[in-house]
Amino acid sequence: MKITFMLNDRKVTWDALPGESLLDFLRRHHVVSVKKGCDGSTCGVCTVLMNHKPVLACTVLAMRCTGEHIHTVEGLADEVEKISEAFGIEGADQCGFCNPGIALSLYALKRENSNAEASEIRQYLEGHLCRCSGYQAQVKAALRYIGGGQS
Amino acid sequence: MKVVNQYVPSVDGKGIMLGRPAFTDDLAEPNSLIVKVLRSPHAFAKIKGIDTKAAEALEGVELVLTHKNVPQKAFTRAGQGYPEPSPHDKFILDRYVRYVGDEVAAVAAVDEKTAEEALRLIEVDYEVLEPVLDLETAIDHSSVIHPEEGIREMFPIGFEPKRNIAASYAMHVGDVDETLKSCDQVVRETFYTQAQAHAMMEPHTVNARMDYQNRLLIYSSTQTPFHVRRILSQALDVPISRIRVIKPRVGGGFGGKQALHGEMLVALTTLRTRKPAKMVFSRQEVFESSYSRHPMRIDIALGAMKDGTLKAMDCKILSDTGAYGEHALTVFMVAGSKVLPLYNKVDAVRFGGQVVYTNKTPAGAYRGYGAIQGNFALESAIDMLCEQLEIDPIQFRQKNMIAEGESSPIFEIMGEGTEGTAMTMETCKLDTCVQRGLELIDWHNKYPRRILPNGRIKSVGMAIAMQGSGIPYIDMGAATIKLNDDGFYNLMVGATDIGQGSDTILTQIAAEVLMTTVDRVIVYSSDSDLTPFDTGAYASSTTYVSGNAVLATAEKMKLMLLEEAAKALGCARESVRFDGQVFTTDSEETITLSQLSNRLYYNEDQQQLTATASYVGTKSPPPFMAGLIEIDLDPETGEFDIVDYVSVVDCGTAINPKLAIGQIEGGIVQGLGMAHFEDVKYTKQGRLITNDFLTYKIPTQQSVKNLQTEIVHSYEASGPFGAKSVGEIGIDTPPAALANAVYHATGVRITSLPITAEKRMAGITAKKGEQQS
Repeated sequence: MKITFMLNDRKVTWDALPGESLLDFLRRHHVVSVKKGCDGSTCGVCTVLMNHKPVLACTVLAMRCTGEHIHTVEGLADEVEKISEAFGIEGADQCGFCNPGIALSLYALKRENSNAEASEIRQYLEGHLCRCSGYQAQVKAALRYIGGGQS
Repeated sequence: MKVVNQYVPSVDGKGIMLGRPAFTDDLAEPNSLIVKVLRSPHAFAKIKGIDTKAAEALEGVELVLTHKNVPQKAFTRAGQGYPEPSPHDKFILDRYVRYVGDEVAAVAAVDEKTAEEALRLIEVDYEVLEPVLDLETAIDHSSVIHPEEGIREMFPIGFEPKRNIAASYAMHVGDVDETLKSCDQVVRETFYTQAQAHAMMEPHTVNARMDYQNRLLIYSSTQTPFHVRRILSQALDVPISRIRVIKPRVGGGFGGKQALHGEMLVALTTLRTRKPAKMVFSRQEVFESSYSRHPMRIDIALGAMKDGTLKAMDCKILSDTGAYGEHALTVFMVAGSKVLPLYNKVDAVRFGGQVVYTNKTPAGAYRGYGAIQGNFALESAIDMLCEQLEIDPIQFRQKNMIAEGESSPIFEIMGEGTEGTAMTMETCKLDTCVQRGLELIDWHNKYPRRILPNGRIKSVGMAIAMQGSGIPYIDMGAATIKLNDDGFYNLMVGATDIGQGSDTILTQIAAEVLMTTVDRVIVYSSDSDLTPFDTGAYASSTTYVSGNAVLATAEKMKLMLLEEAAKALGCARESVRFDGQVFTTDSEETITLSQLSNRLYYNEDQQQLTATASYVGTKSPPPFMAGLIEIDLDPETGEFDIVDYVSVVDCGTAINPKLAIGQIEGGIVQGLGMAHFEDVKYTKQGRLITNDFLTYKIPTQQSVKNLQTEIVHSYEASGPFGAKSVGEIGIDTPPAALANAVYHATGVRITSLPITAEKRMAGITAKKGEQQS
């Protein structure tokens, strides 16, 4: 069946399969920034913003998104570029498979708490597994982004 | 240096964070057939009959593959140089299944649901056999895991499949037994290490299509695209010229993708159906049916004199390769060859043992590649020996460890499944690493423990480690640099970026030589049609081997440019200077690189300038490090926090210091996961219980409070701009450093990994019992 929702501030009407998760639905429609890393709600790489809050796209039924606002990194390029600058400066980029999801959570965190400290960042990002880094550079990059480019 | 050893952000970081299609599954053909695998529910069984009629009849099913309709030619999935030091003991699909999760059959269907439904319709009649689930009883077990004909070793590796032995090895220098007898103190201990999971975030992914030239085009999340092409060609009997393998962005590998996983079945599907096909491993498949680290039992004996001179080391290992012998011998050998030379002044050293088959998830390459297992045993035993000798373990290490200008006979004796290569340590700043590590963690005020007012205990522990930089005379890297109009360059490398940043650091090397900026060098890597050969991302080889190839290529390009500039300016090459942008003659006539390039492509002496060079190492200079940990432990329960982990590393020149630190810290945290909570559990029937991120925990943001990481000044003359490797060394020290810190806090010596809360608690309870009685 067709569902209509707001994807990155644009109204779209796409077909959804019965029981299809938002993750599979978005990837099938070639929104490939949303990654699949596990069999359900354990890794964080499929994070998207639903009505400006981070959610795991694998745990949301596509049908449930009718009329809702979904944001992915494609729709927040200006903010994501700022996050990426901070990652670059801190050497926090590695394979990058988890980065789109982390970027969305960091964007949401900054909106919720523009003074977030390292311990709050670590707590907020705990659901984003990363096997490449030791996490520390990500925290430094997050502090830099939240601090408006300063570390 | 203007580009090398400077701050340069990853060349691809922004595009990837912005979500541009980059990873293998992002690049699959729309409407690809979905390939799914029916996996064995039994640890060991023979397929007596398999009925696929109902599955084949299901609408939307395009192909069903079983052992009855695929080529039956043994190969190894291990992505290694040819001939491989791994036995050819794997068939695409086989009459035997050898672990829970092994491949029984494959289905290709129009969508996932249909493929899954078809799997349910396949009827298999199994003769269930008694599995071998314990490495210590595997040899000469009544069950023979590989009884089939047609399997073989490519050269002598001690392959005895009828005894469940995949490989065996022995070496010695001096008389170990006599030397141990003459020692004042001998420590003997047995250590166990577990089958750590790679748990890279991107699951193993592959897709295939026939291209417009009717060639097989494969996109694969592999660490070894050129080995994938060769192995596919050999096993499927397709001319290698008809196959193109592209490695797009890879989401982490750590050795787990140094092999073929779905490639064979997806390639076969596309060859048979002529339709695009794809496979993405589920997370359960990544855990159960890809690779793990080789679990080992390590028996070690060390002998020393009262004055603190280490005299003898004896190391016997039993390694578990699981159902297939991939990387069996070479991982085993690295547990000696990149561990024992740390203490190079001994009179006698012995190393040997077997790698056995069991009916478990196959083990394969994994960051550290044996060194982390060997390091845990050796660096724990060194602390135990020092305790018995009542000698400070730091002073003992400083007295006995390898130093600059020294060598070890082990380098010449032990290579990658073959003989090794003699070498002297031109750079070894291990002494500086230890000294600086002690300062950073404030060792002298913290060793061995402090009892806090709240009753908790803070303690420290440490270990030293070494690794290698590529495999001498085997690992080859090549690069091509192409000049474009306006004077920018393309850099084509076979080297495989799997997230470690090799595209960035290789670009930096080229830019440094050509005296330009990173944005004027456009890198493209790992496409078997378009880039030159490279053995791949493994054995800590890329910076040293591929980096040297890029260095040589850029030097060649520079000479070509000078030659052409001299022609354009009408003078001898020797009288032209180049600063990266402008060529200047002795008489101060000039032409810019942009002008020269445009001249070459549009106006005069028209020609394409392209330089290619290769590099194969004649040695493997080891990086070294000291790892020091501080923990805060509750003596009642054994629960602890990791307060700090200090790493001081000699990796030669860091081409990109921030990315190098990222490699070290990533290795440390992965090693800490192995050290204390990444536990691997099987049922009695041999099914892996820890097969998702709920049952198998990997470190999170909250796991380590603080990391301090420093790179010491070091310049390895044989490396590009003085570089050695940095990809693996970070993972080696955490198990022993943590075991030593736990001992300092509790007096409990834990000899099996992971050092779980249960083991710590049990040790503390037993210790209290001893004290009371």
